[in-house]
Amino acid sequence: MSGIPHDHYEPQSGGEKWLHRRLPIVGLLYDTIMIPTPKNLNWMWIWGIVLTFCLALQIITGIVLVMHYTPHVDLAFASVEHIMRNVNGGHMLRYLHSNGASLFFIAVYLHIFRGLYYGSYKAPREVTWIIGMLIYLMMMGTAFMGYVLPWGQMSFWGATVITGLFGAIPFIGEPIQTWLLGGPAVDNATLNRFFSLHYLLPFVIAALVAVHIWAFHTTGNNNPTGVEVRRGSKEEAERDTVPFWPYFVIKDLFALAVILAVFFAIVGFMPNYLGHPDNYIEANPLVTPAHIVPEWYFLPFYAILRAFTGDVWVVIAANWITGGIIDAKFFGVLAMFGAIAVMALAPWLDTSRVRSGRYRPMFKWWFALLVVDFVVLMWLGAMPAEEPYATFSLIASAYWFAYFLIILPLLGVIEKPQEQPATIEEDFNAHYGKAGTPAE
Amino acid sequence: MLKKLAISATAALALSAGAALAAGAEGHVEDFDFSFEGPFGTYDQNQLQRGLKVYTEVCSACHGLRYVPLRTLSDEGGPNFTEEQVRAYASRYEVYDEEIDDFRAATPTDHFPQSSLETAPDLSLMAKARAGFHGPYGTGLNQLFKGIGGPEYIASLLTGYTGEEKEEAGTLYYENTAFPGGWIAMAPPLSDGLVEYADGHDNSAHHMAEDVAAFLMWAAEPKMMARKHAGLTGVIFLTILTVLLYLTNKRLWAPVKGKKTG
Repeated sequence: MSGIPHDHYEPQSGGEKWLHRRLPIVGLLYDTIMIPTPKNLNWMWIWGIVLTFCLALQIITGIVLVMHYTPHVDLAFASVEHIMRNVNGGHMLRYLHSNGASLFFIAVYLHIFRGLYYGSYKAPREVTWIIGMLIYLMMMGTAFMGYVLPWGQMSFWGATVITGLFGAIPFIGEPIQTWLLGGPAVDNATLNRFFSLHYLLPFVIAALVAVHIWAFHTTGNNNPTGVEVRRGSKEEAERDTVPFWPYFVIKDLFALAVILAVFFAIVGFMPNYLGHPDNYIEANPLVTPAHIVPEWYFLPFYAILRAFTGDVWVVIAANWITGGIIDAKFFGVLAMFGAIAVMALAPWLDTSRVRSGRYRPMFKWWFALLVVDFVVLMWLGAMPAEEPYATFSLIASAYWFAYFLIILPLLGVIEKPQEQPATIEEDFNAHYGKAGTPAE
Repeated sequence: MLKKLAISATAALALSAGAALAAGAEGHVEDFDFSFEGPFGTYDQNQLQRGLKVYTEVCSACHGLRYVPLRTLSDEGGPNFTEEQVRAYASRYEVYDEEIDDFRAATPTDHFPQSSLETAPDLSLMAKARAGFHGPYGTGLNQLFKGIGGPEYIASLLTGYTGEEKEEAGTLYYENTAFPGGWIAMAPPLSDGLVEYADGHDNSAHHMAEDVAAFLMWAAEPKMMARKHAGLTGVIFLTILTVLLYLTNKRLWAPVKGKKTG
């Protein structure tokens, strides 16, 4: 599968040869697990394994939770309490599942920002990046629908607010919203379809993950230098790489164990830390909570959604130009989805020839500011919609768009990149103080 | 690299601030010292039994515990009654039975009744549905040592009456320092010596509030001790695994990095 020259699977015994002629599945697995991997990958390259683990954890705990859960407006909340009180180990399953979603998003954000810093999105890895963005979108959809299932106050009102966004689309918004909800408001039909989709989408994600892995196994991994593995001969390639098994499997498992130790401490000692207390109150369409706040992983985009109010000049301009079709609410929705869209377009917006941020002196600072911006947006998303947060939100949202639409294209032209190492081997040896080439 | 890790750590911390910060603008919550706080905290069986007595004699007049099965009163880690005691306790409640289309005495397989007063919220999950603590700096991280402050909120509410009253649209409201907004429709339910404790424990209103708050925490999170135990086991085994994998990884990579293997 990989474009990097390496040893392939050779069936030895008669049985292996028999199977290999009919279905080369062992060869496929061998090539996947033995893929030559740049040996200079740093600790930011561990998140892929963490994410794979999260997906498996969520699917396994989720399948068991479904065995005890009832998707009905009158029974859902009670069935979750049934899981918490009567099902053997049910409280752990549920806390693993709800906190597992948070671990999933921490990992995916670090994974995405890793890609943004080291230019992993650039040619020839655009397809890997686009598929990754699709996975991220599906994750958000899945997590959102999953949060509705316990049918607490925040579930209900979160669903009401978010599905209301679709109602902001001009002309067709309201029919779309009704179609999504299965009725005029969030009700039993909504709960049932969200339950169905919450079960379905993780398997779609799993399929997309396979394609994501297939894509980067075709191009080879990026690495902290952004310099490609030499492919002239197998010997040359072997000086830049080590096989994924056992080198990176063990390294990644080590990192995963550290992360899981922290994760278990949170699940065991403060499992409701990332949740909202209001969700332990059963959904009540007649009582609106004082603050409707999405889960933390949606906060940055929630902040962008709320930033563009009717008194912002771009919104006024858009409203005037389109003759009132784009109002403040629809503008906010466009901005929120646009914030993800510009990220997906990064491969074509970044004009720099240099892949890794390590050799881009100006880019480094703008990127660091983007990370700060993201954290600030997350904070602002949790704040009430009033001054000074509204102004801060607007500034932070503006930077998010400016980074992708102005800074990335411009930097490639005005920035003087530093010298990159000629090969991965050179970088690796410089780091570990080895002179020349390894003896064996 | 370290810088990146630091950034990620800060980010991870900052993220979690959101949920905690959102609550804001609440009344004053006093920090009670409960036995079940912190990673190693456990329920005090005697306190839960006292709390149940307060709930039964005072709160249950209006408030229900509809999600709590009566049989769990004999669970280990809970009030830990004997099965006979639970059967005797259960029979004090009447429940509606669909099969006989009539009310009958409750058995341990039934749940506590629902709230008998329509406007009184069910208390099954109240200790988790209120958050009293958001510190330090709004990160909510002190939950690890203090919990989210739900039982503290309940105890503060029960002891937070100032004695002021006002009437609005025919309803009497009582001033309360813990209740959001400051005025609550529930009359002060506790007074010194209201409930006789079998174990001779101090039955001042303050202590009763603390005991019933502890009981309601158990009602909301009956598996807390099992959970903490599982968490601790998980952390210990994963730490051992981490050490083993660290050593394996170090040895595995040594030749690649041109170092001598140990």
